[in-house]
Amino acid sequence: MSVFRTHVLLPVDVGTAQAGVFEVKRRLEKELSVRQMLDEVKVLESGTVGIVGKGVILAVYPDRMYYFNVREADVPRIVDEHLLKGRVVAGLDHAAIAVSPSVPGPKVGLTRAQRRIVLDKAWTVDPENIDEIIAAGGYRGLERILREALPPEAVIEEIKKSGLRGRGGAGFPTGMKWEFTRKAAGGEKYIVCNADEGEPGTFKDRLILEGDPHRLIEAMAVAGYAIGAGRGFVYIRGEYRLSIDRLQKAIAQARQYGLLGNNILESGFSFELEIRKGAGAYVCGEETALIESLEGKRGNPRVKPPYPVTHGLWQKPTAVNNVETLANVPGIMANGADWFRRIGTDKCPGTKVFTVLGHVEYPGLVETDMGTPLREIIFGFGGGVKGGRKFKAALLGGAAGVFVPEKLLDVKMDFESLKENKAVLGSGAVLVMDETASVVEMLFSIAKFFAHESCGQCVPCRVGTRQILDIAWRIRQGHGRAGDAETMLQLAETMFKTSLCPLGQSLVMPVRSALENFAEEFALAAGQAGKA
Amino acid sequence: MKPEKILKRYGRSGDNLLAILHDIQDASPEHYLSDADLRSAADYLRLPYSFVHGVASFYTMYSLKPRGRNLIRVCQSPPCHLLGSSTISRELIKVLGVGFGETTADRLFTLEMTSCLGVCGVAPAMMVNDRVYGNLTAERIAGIIDDLRRAQ
Repeated sequence: MSVFRTHVLLPVDVGTAQAGVFEVKRRLEKELSVRQMLDEVKVLESGTVGIVGKGVILAVYPDRMYYFNVREADVPRIVDEHLLKGRVVAGLDHAAIAVSPSVPGPKVGLTRAQRRIVLDKAWTVDPENIDEIIAAGGYRGLERILREALPPEAVIEEIKKSGLRGRGGAGFPTGMKWEFTRKAAGGEKYIVCNADEGEPGTFKDRLILEGDPHRLIEAMAVAGYAIGAGRGFVYIRGEYRLSIDRLQKAIAQARQYGLLGNNILESGFSFELEIRKGAGAYVCGEETALIESLEGKRGNPRVKPPYPVTHGLWQKPTAVNNVETLANVPGIMANGADWFRRIGTDKCPGTKVFTVLGHVEYPGLVETDMGTPLREIIFGFGGGVKGGRKFKAALLGGAAGVFVPEKLLDVKMDFESLKENKAVLGSGAVLVMDETASVVEMLFSIAKFFAHESCGQCVPCRVGTRQILDIAWRIRQGHGRAGDAETMLQLAETMFKTSLCPLGQSLVMPVRSALENFAEEFALAAGQAGKA
Repeated sequence: MKPEKILKRYGRSGDNLLAILHDIQDASPEHYLSDADLRSAADYLRLPYSFVHGVASFYTMYSLKPRGRNLIRVCQSPPCHLLGSSTISRELIKVLGVGFGETTADRLFTLEMTSCLGVCGVAPAMMVNDRVYGNLTAERIAGIIDDLRRAQ
């Protein structure tokens, strides 16, 4: 086996593919071949770095130098200057990237140090090559369980001890969910991964799937082992083509290596994993709607209880976990619950993947400790408000989220602290709005989203979303009437109390937070109507 | 590929319905599910036609009427809205001469709106077939459409 002196990584995700990463790769291989450097420099496709809107990204290791906005025409210079002579190409947009908190790096922006657990391999390995994944520590958690023949109860105990909580938004303790499923009566059980990521402003699960699909496979096998399921399903949004392709390839490789299928690692444990593609319905992110869709039906949520842990897929006990939640499992099983508990806060251990976007300098993805202040996410990682304008609000958690004003910038980003401040962590989306943005306009957009995505099964949600949209529309048009704000809030509160599922129940969050924190904007909008 | 051939790749189990509808639609040059398609899926899976129709009309990725060769889906969710997706929509309507849910007379383009595509880092964004176009400005729209026209 040859040893390469330098590795060039080309992160491939939807954004870089659009910007022409494959053209850059072809050119790079051609230039290296012409200079007979192919046995010295290895070119690899990696998963995402989490930096978006910066075109093609090219990283040189071990130098840890990242080039941004690389065009095909830049390639010869990078080869001649950097790869041959070891000099950074001055004319190109570049940055040294911090790989861990212990290695100093830039102070601001997405290239500064992040603590990466679920995305630790995503940007340094080729997600389509299982050998690289295994070399980097993949499947170690599963291997430990099977080699040591840990009883399933011990696996559940370890997850409970770790304090891992659901990263899909609800924050329910994962170990407890697994325990309920394991203890539920009935022979056949299922583990389902919710990869129907549809919350506006959220793309963390996509980047985990695109960057390290094997992590999810390992986690699903561990979960299957723990709850006593021989079959697992990953329900992915139909729009996530690259995620589906990568996971499909990864499943085939894992099967070939005996890490999926019959008698895994000769332990007697067998596990099969299937991908199911969604077809465009936000409501299918709700676990019972997702199950209905898996069964081949309309994605109408079920009445709860009974919960999926006792009556899930085909009425059998089923654990439904989010991608990011599961992505934490391999690390916990490989390094132990105590290791995990040392990260994050006491009640919310571990990291959280945030997507920071909107009016920020560096939109993209950040994985950092639970409990990191909002200010640090926006101003530290996100580089602050774009163009030096003033901060107005952040919409946390997506459309089913909460508008927070400037006075809450120092809130800690974990389930408890946010709840105390009448906000939510949700999916981890942080949409930043500058002083020029209108909360009225954003609330209108949210209302439109909900009216479109309501499945129509229950009356409060079907009628309520439409009513709220009508009011939000006329306020936005400057035709607001006296009492509109109160009516809107009353409708949203009624929906909260009476809707069947979290879709109808959550519109109250953006409505209430917008009206409470930005009342003057709504008054102003109504006032304009008065003059007109 | 004929729908019959697609059907045979799947077991006669109701949970395969979504995948079957995806495959039939992907194989259709007009990117849609005809009444005959729905009936053949229903017969194959031994499901009522009304049930299959209910599923096909529930999910936004399926279309029950013929669409143009290029499917343009503009994201209108809050993050794209904040960064100006309504300007992009207006420009597309102007350049294409059709509204949302409509197809151009030359059957080259169908314009649709979509919920969050998960590419919010490059908002405002749209998808044309499988390709994502991000950081859109109204000025870029005419050029993108021209390129697509020429590519036919």
